Amino acid sequence: MTVNDIKNLLSAEVLSGSEHLGREVHTACGADMMSDVLAYVKDQSVLLTGLCNPQSIRTAEMMDIVCIVFVRGKIPDESVLKLADERGIVVLSTQLKMFTACGILYENGLRGGGNS
Amino acid sequence: MSDTIRLKYTVSPSDFTRAGEASSDVKSKLKKMGIPPEVVRKVAIAMYEGEINMVIHANGGEITVEISEDKITMILVDNGPGIADVDLAMQEGYSTAPDNIRSLGFGAGMGLPNMKKYSDDMRIETKLGVGTTVYMTVNI
Repeated sequence: MTVNDIKNLLSAEVLSGSEHLGREVHTACGADMMSDVLAYVKDQSVLLTGLCNPQSIRTAEMMDIVCIVFVRGKIPDESVLKLADERGIVVLSTQLKMFTACGILYENGLRGGGNS
Repeated sequence: MSDTIRLKYTVSPSDFTRAGEASSDVKSKLKKMGIPPEVVRKVAIAMYEGEINMVIHANGGEITVEISEDKITMILVDNGPGIADVDLAMQEGYSTAPDNIRSLGFGAGMGLPNMKKYSDDMRIETKLGVGTTVYMTVNI
């Protein structure tokens, strides 16, 4: 699945990194606690989160996460988007709630990676 | 035998929005040096958790990163309150972080366990009321 597929499946708006929409995504993770993301996430993941602060981008950066989807229509402020842009991380925003957004991606074949 | 490269950072206290800047800088420098991506990732995650801990619990501190031929060592020094029970602090899910930290995405009690998980060796020296020093090594 590509980042662009995720954008379409979740009817999401692209807030940053539109030049990277063709990137492949292999696994997904839905979490608001960044340490859980840091503990479990695998390579080339998409992160779905409701956490809109710079630490969501920092966490993505450390984990080489290719795309962040902010759920429940959340939009981070400009400084957060700038940080994502500098790091080449795609930022999407969907009106869907976390459970629904994760469910749609799962239904379309994306998995959590590892044994999850 | 090549020389050891030393990087030094000051972690500013209570500035949560900037926490992670040092780890980010180390990550990009290691990448440029051609260190293998899995090693870079382990160092970045372990150091980032440590940096967050220093901001949440210890009023900031100093981080030194030493890069030698076969390993990367991170030394995190703070003058915070110290850790009362290290074994307890190492348990997944145990946290003394205040509630406002959880709303920022941390304080799930995974910081120290993650630091141990991603480093090949970790050692903690701590004294109540004096501070904590964490040594983490990742083999190249």
